[in-house]
Amino acid sequence: MDNTQSIPKHPKRLAKFKQSLSDFFFTLYKINQFILRFFREAFVPPFELKEVVRQCYEVGVRSFTLISVTGFIVGVIFTKQSRPSLSQFGAESWLPSLVSIAIMRALAPLVTALIASGKVGSSIGAELGSMRVTEQIDAMEVSGTKPFKYLVCTRVLATTLTIPILSTYTGFVALFGGYLNVTQNEGTTWTTFIQEVFEPLTFTDFVASLIKSIVFGFTIGIVGCYQGYNSNKGTEGVGKAANGAVITAMFLVFIEEVIIVQITGWFR
Amino acid sequence: MKKVAVQADHNNPVISIRGLKKAFQDYAVLRGIDLDLYQGENLVVLGRSGTGKSVLIKIISGLLKPDEGMVKVFDQDIAHITEDELQKLRIRIGFSFQNSALYDSMTVRKNLEFPLVRNKRNLTRGEINTAVETVLDAVGLSQTINQMPSELSGGQRKRIGIARTLILNPEIMLYDEPTAGLDPITCIEINDLINEVQQRYNTSSIIITHDLTCAKQTGDRIAMLLDGQFQRTGTFEEVFNTNDSRVKPFYDYNFIE
Repeated sequence: MDNTQSIPKHPKRLAKFKQSLSDFFFTLYKINQFILRFFREAFVPPFELKEVVRQCYEVGVRSFTLISVTGFIVGVIFTKQSRPSLSQFGAESWLPSLVSIAIMRALAPLVTALIASGKVGSSIGAELGSMRVTEQIDAMEVSGTKPFKYLVCTRVLATTLTIPILSTYTGFVALFGGYLNVTQNEGTTWTTFIQEVFEPLTFTDFVASLIKSIVFGFTIGIVGCYQGYNSNKGTEGVGKAANGAVITAMFLVFIEEVIIVQITGWFR
Repeated sequence: MKKVAVQADHNNPVISIRGLKKAFQDYAVLRGIDLDLYQGENLVVLGRSGTGKSVLIKIISGLLKPDEGMVKVFDQDIAHITEDELQKLRIRIGFSFQNSALYDSMTVRKNLEFPLVRNKRNLTRGEINTAVETVLDAVGLSQTINQMPSELSGGQRKRIGIARTLILNPEIMLYDEPTAGLDPITCIEINDLINEVQQRYNTSSIIITHDLTCAKQTGDRIAMLLDGQFQRTGTFEEVFNTNDSRVKPFYDYNFIE
């Protein structure tokens, strides 16, 4: 019997692939443990309420300006770009409804989450990464305190609570941008615009948008904290943690967007 | 400040290590270590860089897990206690990090309050302030109370790091390279502070260093870590009264002979 046939042609590549696969599943396991640890520690006293409030303020302040500008521009641009298509059918009057559906259902939570991934996620990743590298997290551990509760739980709770608020704010700023464009071109009044904005929206839209923002906020917080808390290899590790936090959070936000849209579609 | 000779209680080891082994991937750093730290003594662990000195105290404080062997602190085996038991034990152990590891987003006051308010939840504001002022006074840096760590010098950071551990009144102190990167005069000040802490707080200490002046000024006993094991243990004179080519260069370099 010829046993040489069973020998793979590229044993090194196969071994490398096996190692990568094993590393991937081990990382998934570690992330799972990290999330479970968050739920085990976040809702058990003693609570770090002061730090949660401080982190909420940090998250809000860090993203406020950028979100205001981006939200406004998204509203103006989306309205401006949608007008030609609608005007072909003489349906410019549907513009407020179209803008409100697009912004409230999809754009506001998504744009907020993407900006927060960049601003907040990277900041959390870098901050915790730097604390890990300079042994500040070890110093907390050896002094009998619980660094996970103080550093991770507070930040994840802060992003989970603050992103929905920021998302709602983005929605209104974007609608205001849309209104300015509509009133300039069609002369629509504020009252009429607002009536037309809320007419097509349902309770499901608001709930879905809120759930989406909560999920996005949790994702941004947990990814940033995971990357930072587990960083190593000195200053290089800090950069990797910040970068990894942004890329992974953005990637997951898009995947979650698709899943939540599918699920909410069943309730409409 | 001249070191006062301390009579260590040799019947009462606060730390007892037997057959401790630790490896990183294929490299065995600690290869079966036996060590006792007795009540009230300063034990200096000397050794070349990368010989596992810091690894040893990280295992004692529960930051790293041993591969083999037994590490008992106050008769509790570090490797076999629960997370809650470890946390309670850590309050009795102070750890001074090589780079001080001060929380750089907090003032000196907040750095000192951080472990205190989280371990002793019923303290009043007045009691917290008194505790902070007392330890700051003990390390001679009362004027830095509202400064940020970035505004402090290397020596001041070391002192604040030590003050942060003292605020919990530890029974054991672990110093990781306390004089690394400091000028000779600040080194002497830190050595004096280590001796003062031993007398004032009645601590038992392990001091990790490769600075022989620090070893001579602070150590009641010296343990030389070579090839992953303690090869020579005793007083400073006993350890260095040798022609061992692995030990002699240490003495020659530090005392320029």
